Amino acid sequence: MSTKTAAKKKTIRTIPQERTVAPEQDAAERVRNFDEVSLGYGLEQALREADRCLMCADEPCVRGCPVGIDIPGFIKKIGEKHLHGAYNIITHTNLLPSVCGRVCPQENQCEGVCTVGNTLAPVAIGRLERFVGDTAIREGWSNLPYIESSGYRVGIVGAGPAGMACAADMAKAGCEVVVYEAFHQPGGVLKYGIPDFRLPNAVIDAEIAKLEQLGVRFECNTLVGRLFTVPQMLQEMGFHAVFIGTGAGYPSFMGLPGESLAGVLSANELLTRCNLMRSRDFPAFDTPLQPGRQVAVIGAGNTAMDALRVSMRLGAEAVHCIYRRSRAEAPARAEEVHHAEQEGVQFHWLTSPVEILADIAGGVRALRCVRMELGEPDASGRRRPVVVAGSEFEFPCDSVVFAIGTNANPIIGQTSRLALDARGYIATDDELRTSMVGVWAGGDIVTGAATVIEAMGAGRRAARSMKAWLGLRDSSAIYGEPGGGERRFGIERSEHGLARLRLA
Amino acid sequence: MPAPAPARYRIVTRQDFSDVTYLLEFEHTAMARAARPGQFVIVMASEHGERIPLTIADFDRERGTVTLVIQAVGKTTREMQRDCQVGTSLFAAVGPMGIPSHIGAARKVVCVGGGLGVAPVYPQARAHHEAGAKVVGVIGFRNRELIFWQDKFAAVCDELIVCTDDGSAGLKGRVTDGLLDALSRHGDVDEVVAIGPPVMMKGCAAVTRDRGIRTTVSLNPVMVDGTGMCGGCRVKIGQGIKFACVDGPDFDGHQVDFDDLMVRLTRFRRSEGEAMARFEESCRMRDEAERVAREEAAAALALRPESGERRSADA
Repeated sequence: MSTKTAAKKKTIRTIPQERTVAPEQDAAERVRNFDEVSLGYGLEQALREADRCLMCADEPCVRGCPVGIDIPGFIKKIGEKHLHGAYNIITHTNLLPSVCGRVCPQENQCEGVCTVGNTLAPVAIGRLERFVGDTAIREGWSNLPYIESSGYRVGIVGAGPAGMACAADMAKAGCEVVVYEAFHQPGGVLKYGIPDFRLPNAVIDAEIAKLEQLGVRFECNTLVGRLFTVPQMLQEMGFHAVFIGTGAGYPSFMGLPGESLAGVLSANELLTRCNLMRSRDFPAFDTPLQPGRQVAVIGAGNTAMDALRVSMRLGAEAVHCIYRRSRAEAPARAEEVHHAEQEGVQFHWLTSPVEILADIAGGVRALRCVRMELGEPDASGRRRPVVVAGSEFEFPCDSVVFAIGTNANPIIGQTSRLALDARGYIATDDELRTSMVGVWAGGDIVTGAATVIEAMGAGRRAARSMKAWLGLRDSSAIYGEPGGGERRFGIERSEHGLARLRLA
Repeated sequence: MPAPAPARYRIVTRQDFSDVTYLLEFEHTAMARAARPGQFVIVMASEHGERIPLTIADFDRERGTVTLVIQAVGKTTREMQRDCQVGTSLFAAVGPMGIPSHIGAARKVVCVGGGLGVAPVYPQARAHHEAGAKVVGVIGFRNRELIFWQDKFAAVCDELIVCTDDGSAGLKGRVTDGLLDALSRHGDVDEVVAIGPPVMMKGCAAVTRDRGIRTTVSLNPVMVDGTGMCGGCRVKIGQGIKFACVDGPDFDGHQVDFDDLMVRLTRFRRSEGEAMARFEESCRMRDEAERVAREEAAAALALRPESGERRSADA
């Protein structure tokens, strides 16, 4: 077997040339169920794919990863069949390998810069990460470090990826961590947004259970800002530091005529009803959905792909993706577009809606669109779509789903004096500190809609800054450069505890 | 998965105002402390339940309780009517949500509550009363039997007008007639607060529009999360779109497009009908099964006039 030759110097010619295919549910079969599409690698396949890594000295993949996972390190362990070792390496920087292996846009990150990718298809890093994460869940591995209590209490607002990542780091640093979540289940967008066929709820629950093993407490049904405010958390509830990761809220609509018709909804509403509230199992679950038979989804990002594919599974006869630019500009992961195509979604590139037409019962009858063509590049560097004169046409549909992005959720801004930026997102500095001392923010509520791994990266970045501020030793920081920093009482400035002192 | 602590949402009071309207008071110390007039909660009756928004009808900071008045109109509210008894707990309750009502410097306020809207307008009437305003209450019901909370309103209103559709109590007519009556006698009203079915709020807004009186209405469209995330509760306010959950639920009644709201409230009529039919069928089956069980038990009892347990208890 090829792995036996691992000791020999590998070259681009000696490694397996073809990227190892991960088995998938057949498209015709999977559009009728919500089970996971990609079935993941088995050991044999993982070993073969691990063998494709050149172990190059440059390690561009590590730099391509928002959290800097030691990717060659864990792949090497897989090659040695030491899966627990691989798991240890990944969890050193990433707590949720099963999640990230599934939902990261690897083609723009680690795999996008992979050295092998210069000549052949890049190493399937995401699939390998998922393989290790799933093995850990199956085997019940968890890395519980020795945690010594630091006496600090950290409150986290929002149990999504940013909050979970921050919670894990602060719990490991010995803080008592409480995560507040407005929904009745933790997980945030992983639960309400990303459908089960991409990320099964069982995987999320397993990852959340690991956080609980670290001592993190989840308090659901708690809307911070309204039940209590962020300033109250610091002043009355005894939290020494707070992290806000409330995510992107407030879906955008286009202001087209007919948007308030029954059958017009945001992708967030469609996905939340279907995924978290399980309306796909109506009437066993009470939340209704009334999915369309002819569905038009506006937008071509990852959320749009989820909405399209969910609509297929809810039994639609035809599902259309309407996007005003061309396929090359679509923000969705290539794999998602590919999967949607396989499942029979019809793509209408360079098409923009102008009006939603009503039927007599107040529902949707049709969508009126115009054709577009690409003009000069705009501020985003993508070519600006321009309306083709006289190209109006309509096609029949009974449901229109908007997946064109979100605006900032206003609740934290309404209920605290945190400084916001011009668009209403929370303003932070490079270390994700907000305008309020002791409060950090990260993820979509700072950057606007982004990815799960970027939110997790933000949660970890905030945790690092929070640890420095609380005066907690950071295992990832390099200490001990003599005379490197300003010292007071013989202690480096970065190691001073600066948290509030409470007397009596 | 961490389940919410059940004791947190324990029901401590249940009161039935009619065969469809009932009151639930549940424990939630923090929510009782945070609640302000005009805010709402989202309730899940069971793990499989839907999330329904309900305007807070009252809160008691000392007892640490929040009160809801609910009308059994659909499957969920019917099921809650059957199952939510004192000592049981709601599966989840999150809130207070929404922007609290603005209790400003108005010197004279008319608080109008129609039908179920009578309950949520009460905290506003009380708040205006406590803020020193003269409060005229106008509460309307279909008939005398459905009247509730008249005493509570009397305690916080300087004047109370009760209306019934059939004239069986108070003024015969709708709340808009009561509002007209109040406005005809009070020329110096600063603000009207109207809560009730959309058609009633629309009527009230029409009455005050020409008179140029500021009118606040509380909207309760279909919601999922209640945190601004789904956009299901979007309403047309003036030229723009607002989300009732985070931009409201209070809006300027003269700006609200009530016709749009009424159309959007019927979005899930088909599913609601299905769920209701199914629920009624299941109730019928359950009643039938219970009746059979009762008859069997009675028959068994008839054979043995005194049970063993009873005897040992006596001894």
